[in-house]
Formats: sequence, structure tokens, C-alpha cells
Amino acid sequence: MSAASATKLTELDIAAARAGLARGDFSSVALTEAHIRAMEAARGLNAFVVETPERALEQARASDERRRRKEPARRLDGIPLAIKDLFCTQGVQTTAGSHILEGFIPGYESTVTAKLWDAGAVMLGKTNLDEFAMGSSNATSYFGPVKNPWRRADNKDLVPGGSSGGSAAAVAARIALGALGTDTGGSIRQPAAFCGIVGIKPTYGRVSRWGTVAFASSLDQAGPMTRTVRDSALMLGVISGHDPKDSTSSPLPVPDFEAALGGDLKGLKVGIPKEYRVDGMSAEIDALWKRGIAWLEAAGARAVEVSLPHTSYALPTYYIVAPAEASSNLARYDGVRYGLRVPGESVDELYQNTRGSGFGREVRRRILIGTYVLSAGYYDAYYVKAQQIRTLIGEDFRKAFETVDVMLTPTSPSVAFAIGEKMDDPIAMYLNDVFTVPTNLAGLPGISVPAGLDGSGLPLGLQIVGRPFDEATVFKAAAALEQAAAFTTRPTMLRGA
Amino acid sequence: MAYTIEGKTGTWEAVIGLEVHAQVVAQAKLFSGAATEFGAEANTQVSLVDAAFPGMLPVLNRHCVEQAIRTGLGLKAAINRYSVFERKNYFYPDLPQGYQISQFAHPIVGTGTIVLDMPDGTSRSVGIERLHLEQDSGKSLHDQDPRRSFIDLNRSGVALMEIVSKPDMRSPEEVGAYLRKLRSILRYLGTCDGNMDEGSMRCDANVSVRHAGEEYRTRAEIKNVNSVRFVMQAIEYEARRQVDVYESGGKVVQETRLFDSRNGETRPMRSKELAHDYRYFPDPDLLPLELDEADIERIRASLPELPDEKKARFITDYGLSPYDAGVLVAEKENAAYYEAAVGDAKGRDQKAIANWVMGDLFAALNRTGRDVTDSPVTPENLARLVELIADATISGRTAKEVFEAMVETGKDPGTIVAEKGLRQITDTGALEAAIDGVIAANAEKAAEVRAGKDRMLGWFVGQVMKATGGKGNPALVNELLRKKLAP
Repeated sequence: MSAASATKLTELDIAAARAGLARGDFSSVALTEAHIRAMEAARGLNAFVVETPERALEQARASDERRRRKEPARRLDGIPLAIKDLFCTQGVQTTAGSHILEGFIPGYESTVTAKLWDAGAVMLGKTNLDEFAMGSSNATSYFGPVKNPWRRADNKDLVPGGSSGGSAAAVAARIALGALGTDTGGSIRQPAAFCGIVGIKPTYGRVSRWGTVAFASSLDQAGPMTRTVRDSALMLGVISGHDPKDSTSSPLPVPDFEAALGGDLKGLKVGIPKEYRVDGMSAEIDALWKRGIAWLEAAGARAVEVSLPHTSYALPTYYIVAPAEASSNLARYDGVRYGLRVPGESVDELYQNTRGSGFGREVRRRILIGTYVLSAGYYDAYYVKAQQIRTLIGEDFRKAFETVDVMLTPTSPSVAFAIGEKMDDPIAMYLNDVFTVPTNLAGLPGISVPAGLDGSGLPLGLQIVGRPFDEATVFKAAAALEQAAAFTTRPTMLRGA
Repeated sequence: MAYTIEGKTGTWEAVIGLEVHAQVVAQAKLFSGAATEFGAEANTQVSLVDAAFPGMLPVLNRHCVEQAIRTGLGLKAAINRYSVFERKNYFYPDLPQGYQISQFAHPIVGTGTIVLDMPDGTSRSVGIERLHLEQDSGKSLHDQDPRRSFIDLNRSGVALMEIVSKPDMRSPEEVGAYLRKLRSILRYLGTCDGNMDEGSMRCDANVSVRHAGEEYRTRAEIKNVNSVRFVMQAIEYEARRQVDVYESGGKVVQETRLFDSRNGETRPMRSKELAHDYRYFPDPDLLPLELDEADIERIRASLPELPDEKKARFITDYGLSPYDAGVLVAEKENAAYYEAAVGDAKGRDQKAIANWVMGDLFAALNRTGRDVTDSPVTPENLARLVELIADATISGRTAKEVFEAMVETGKDPGTIVAEKGLRQITDTGALEAAIDGVIAANAEKAAEVRAGKDRMLGWFVGQVMKATGGKGNPALVNELLRKKLAP
């Protein structure tokens, strides 16, 4: 296969690749080799912690063999994907972007990745991320920052967003047809917006958390990151469903999300939450938001203003709940059973040495915050209060969804910033999640769709939020948005290639 | 009667509450499928969940929940339809998760009652504060290597019920009675095997002292005492110690103390500075536990007859004293043995059977190291033995001999009596012949009896029994002698 056609293979989306494979236009091995070459060529992005080309080719060969035997095609048969290094993968190092898990090779496979492999997908490698998924820039990874394949005029290296930054960069840079991310406060949607791709966080409970390294258990959800809404619908369909090993996964049946796509939006009511017009939001983002409203109305939907009165409390609430859970979830990394061990004279010293050198600054900051808010004397003032507000935030959405079917908001208050910017100002960094965090607190599905460019030529995303377990409607509205936006600009890195 | 401590400043009483950790009888752990067998090789009963590998999640074992409900119902306690698992956070190498999943603000079982059977036959009630489910930790092994400690995670994640009493006990004896009764109830229910020496029942005691009528004073907690006797000793020591502290002008501090069984003393375990802040919060990996009334009722309907009800029935149905009934029902196997022996047959002497069970049988089992379920003397054979006494086939004295032969051979008493020729002589003619012989040989003494010296009659009975090789029916011998020696 020539270099030119190999490049073309990486330009396909999942749906097109699936069709090409079905027609026999190319093999999964050819498709996979093209992506492995792209992965090798783009190592400068630092998007992967571990590349697994041999395993990818083995899976691709198995897929081609199934096709030769005329077995019914599986839903992702032969499709090369990238996996955030937060999912435990059997026999492949799983680090969560942390020194403390460097060299850890699980003997088990997370439920969601197992579902992907059962559906015939091919694993290219494990993607870089903020350490333990704590960050909005991918700069907290022990394995170094990821570069965004997009650049602005000053040509500085930009962050891909986070924490699923490696996954977003890999999909935007045409290294993978799709990727798996996780989203605790915006970690799929914000990097999707920063890299000009689609990413959905499903309803809490839609996908299993078993085998995914936990950050904040009541908020974490895995989800797909792809270049089209259809591809996300396809991937989410594969990874969704009840898992008896995760007590918080929902027993509800999984609808055919792809079937929900297409058609107009007649009768659909779109809520525009007035509290999301936050101070300091750029005029460009506000303008894009208005364009989004117009696009949905043109597709037949009706936009109405709604109120989510407790929105301004969402971020502080999140930064109590998430660190509280994280401080407990990360207690198991103690140097006793697996991962890094830095010995000491006593067991307390072993803990201090291991955790002190194994965790980075941001992780230690959040463990401290979480420990503090759960401590005797502060628990009621912080943790209990935050839980109460969380309930009120959920109520806000519940009431609003009595009158509207979905909501439209910007995904992020800014575009991708340069690596190094905001690093010494955690509050500014945390503001990245202002539009995404409320849906995690309320457990709702949210999707980011690339919708335009800002003045510096960087992608901007719009977010559709839906009712619990109504991803189908979210996808339908997102597809309409996608069609209207007709976002076709390729990342700076790929232009002229 | 009341237990008091006499001090220089007056009389003190002890105030005691217990926290018992009872291991739930279950095939699998509270939140993982790993097995729970006692004494297995180290680290062979450990799942990825128990070892807290990344991404592992707990899944509640419904059987353990049922066991907790059963226990709650057995303690006449309120079952909470809504309960919550929380994380108790602290670092220790045998706690792989860095937290123990327990219940805190919302336990599965609320307040209940235990009735204590005191040695003098009286009863008194002790309140149950709560029962909650939690995970056990692993075990640190400090004696395997001079420099390093090893960890055995077999126990990690095993389901425990923490059963907390109210501070209702006032003496070491009541504490002993409480532990024995609780163990009895748990064994009846089949929810905990109650073996303190295997660690499947462990006890922490909260002890304070006060002058009668005062408010509660500061308490000390004595941790992890592993036998009923040691708990009683520890409390006795601790109460005395606290009295001495107060009387020498000191103050009792709230602290955790350890009992040293070698010298019978308690000593402080952790200083206050190291007191843990456990940072309890609801475990986000687990949904709140919501119970159906129907499920609770289904479990209630499946409860066995419990010791208190059985005791009451033994008193009414079998005419036993409260003390005897209490002794017989303490272990359900003993009660079952007794009831099998009593059977349905009318006329069997139920009190006599109770005496045989509590006396000779328990002694024989003790001596031979056998269990009542494996007794060489079957309940049927014991009942037959008592019948042989009642129908005068053998005397009470011969019965002891027959019983020992039954213990040794396992044969039924009829066979033993026949083989050994122990049948009582109830043939009047044969006895009269023997009596006539004795009277003839002791004419002088006979004359004295006839002259009114009644006390000599006993001597004649002895002589006749001797002449019949102990087989003469004592009542009949007595009756015939009275006639023949009548004035």
C-alpha cells in the first residue's frame, strides 16, 4: 500500500472505515499499519505512554481472519483505537499517568476495554493523561505534557486539554480512529473541544467503572472520543450496559444510539441556561453559543431560556466532592503491594517516602484538600454542605428538564492555552471545567461537538446536555449541530501534509 | 449480691458496655467472591478486590446482609430498611484499601435486647445499641522475620457484624453471661460460629466506674480480648484500677487499653496524640442498602426457636427449673439431645432425663472429649436407661454402672443389663427367702427391731441387698422387711 493511500486510511472516520472493511476495500491490518505509522510519526505530541503495535497487528490479523471465515462482523471489527492509560489492560502497563504506578502491569482487563476487544476493536496503545485524571491541561502527567496538534499564530505548543489529553490529541491528529477517555468534571469534553473533536460523557451508571483506576467514584464515567457524532454513538453503544461487578452501573437496557441520529429536530425544546453566561467569557464564545442556538432552531428545535440557579456553586462543590473521594481512593497506593515502593525505617516512613515521591504536586494538593474536607470539625461545613448543594444542582436540572429536552452550552470558557500557562494558578485552571462540572455532579450525559474556530484559529466546542439515560436525544441534537457547523478544519499539524 | 468495688471513699459500681465483632458465617467475603476458610495457607483466600488492586470495586454479598438481618431479628432488634456503607479511612499495611468499609451513621440493625441467664437462675435484660456490617482487615505477621513484617490478607474483607451493647452491665459476671448468651443466640441462628479462640468472635469492653446514682464517668476501651474468662478478668482489673486512680486524686482518661493475659493487667495502647480521625464518608462505590419489608418477614419466618423461647417451653412443657432449662438450652445441640431423649412418650421422667444429661452425660462427654452430637450414649438409650429405673428393672445405683458401660460400649442399656445380669430382683418369693435367711442369721437384731428400734431397719436392708448382690429392688425389700419385722 502506498504512503498516499495509507494517509487516506487515517483520514476515515469509524463509520467509513467499517464500511470499507465490510466491502473489502482494505484489510484491518492495512488500516492498523497506517495508524501505527501515524502514531510513530507523531511521537512529538507525546500522546502515548505505551504503544502496543504488536498487539494491534495481532488483533487486526484476527479481525481479518474472522472476515475471511465470513463470521458476522462485530460492531468495531478491525477498528484501531487508543485507550486512555487509566483503564487497566491485561498484560499492558497501566500507569494513570503517575510515577506511583509506573511499571504496574494488571492481570485483568477493565470491563469497558474488554467490551471493545469483544467487539473486534484493535488497541494501538495507552494514551497520556493528567496524573490520576486530575487536571485540565495534561500537564500533570508524570510522563510529560501532551502537545495539541493545533497551533495558534505565535506557534507556541498548546495544551490538548485534560485529563484525556492524549486521547484527544491522538484522535485529532489522525493517529487513532477513536479513543476511550474518562470524564470526572469535563475530562472528555474539554479536551475534545480543545482538539476539535467529539466527546461524550454518558449518564453516570451507563458504563461500568470496573477496572478503571478511580479518581472520584461518584463522578467518573468512561466515554468515547471520536471525530464524528455517529462514531461516538457507535462506540458508546459498545461500551455501555450493566456490569454486575460495578454496583453503580445501571441495569437499564442500552438503546441503539446510532439509530437515533438523523432527521430534523421538530418538537425538540432546547434549554439555554442563563446562569452559564459567566463573567469573563469571551465574546467569541458567546457568539458561537448564539450561532449554535440558531443552528438548532433552523433544524426545527425551539430554544427557551432556563434557569439553573445553583450553577455558581457547582465548581466549589466539585472541588470538595472530587478531592474527598480521591483522597480515599488513592490511599491504596501505599508501596505495600504493587507499584512504586520507596523504603523507609518504619512503615510510616515507607508510606511517606512512597507517596511523597510517587504522587505529583496536583495529586498531592487534591489529597490534602480531600483529607481536610473530610476531617473531624470540617466535615459538616465542607463535605456535608457540598453534598447538599450537589442535591440542589441535580434538582435544578430535574426541574429544567420538565420543560426542555436538552440544553445547549459552550463546552469550555476558553480555547486551548499554551503549555506552561495557568500552571501556577490552580483556580484559573479549575475554571476550565465551569460548564462541564455541573453535569457530572448531576450525573447527566453531556457531549461536546466542534462548532467553530476562534480568532486565533483554534477550535471551540458546544455542549449538549440531556436527561439521565437519554443519550439518544443528546446524540440526535449533537448530530444536527455537527451538520450545521460543518466543522472540517484540520489541525494545524496536519495541514499541508 | 450486686458487684461493687469497696474503696477508701466508699462503694463504687462498674459500668460496662461491649462491642463484639462476630464473623458472619458465609462462603464468601462481604464484598468479594473470595473464600473465607479458617486456617488456610497465608494469602490463598484473596481476590483482587481484597488486595485493593487499581479499579477494583466492592459488590455486596447479599447472604451476609441476610445473616445480619437474621441476627438483628434474633436480638429482638429493629431492622433498618435503609442503611449506608461508609469508608473508615486509616493507613495500615494489613488494610489494603486504606479504608475499611463499615456502617456508621446508618447501621442495618438498631436497638434490641438480650436476656441474661444468671447463675442463680434469675434473668436480666441488656440493651443492644446497634449492629452493623463491616469488613475485617488482614493480619500483620511480625514474628516471621527479624527485620520485616509480613501480611496475610486471607481475612481481609471477611464480613463481620459489630454488635454494640448499651452500657447496661454492672459486673464481670453479667459480662460473662452476656457473651455466653450472645454466642448461644448466634449459634442458634447459624450466623456466627462463636469460636473466640479462632477469632471469629472478638470483644472490646468499655469500662467506667461511678458511685451509685452518679452520671457516667470517663470510660476506657479494652481492645480485642479473646476469651470470656479474659474479658471478665480484664474488666475486674480495669474497674479496680479506675477506682484507685480516682481515689488517689487522679483522672481517668479516655483511651484504648490492651489486656495482657500473662499478668492480668490492662495497659494503654495508643496515646491521645495518635488518635485517628477516620474521616467516615458514604462509600461512593456502593448504593445505600434498601430492604424490602417482605424480605425481612421472609427471614423472620425462617428463624429457629431461640434460646429464650426454648427455655420458656422447657419450663412449661417439661417442668424444669429455670436454671436447668437455661443450662440445657445454652447450646442448641444439648437442647436437641435432651428433647430427643424426652421424646413424645408420656410418662418418661423429664426431670430425671434432664439430670442425667446435665450430670453424667456432660461429665462423660467432657472426660472422653466428645461432642454431644457424637455422644456414645444415644438419646434413645439414655431414655431407655431412665425407663429401666422407673419400671424398677434396675436400681438407681445399678444405673450408674450401666451408664458407664453404655459410654464405653455404646450398647443399649437393656443389652448391658441382660449381659451383666443386673436385673433387679422383684420376685417376692426370692426376696422373702433372702430376707428370711438374714432374719434367721440375726435373730437378736430382729427382735430389737420388733421391739421398736426402727433405726435398725436400714441395717437389714443393707444386709438383704448384700445377699442379693445389689439386685434386690430396694423399695420392695423395705416393704417386705417392714412386714416381717412388724411388732
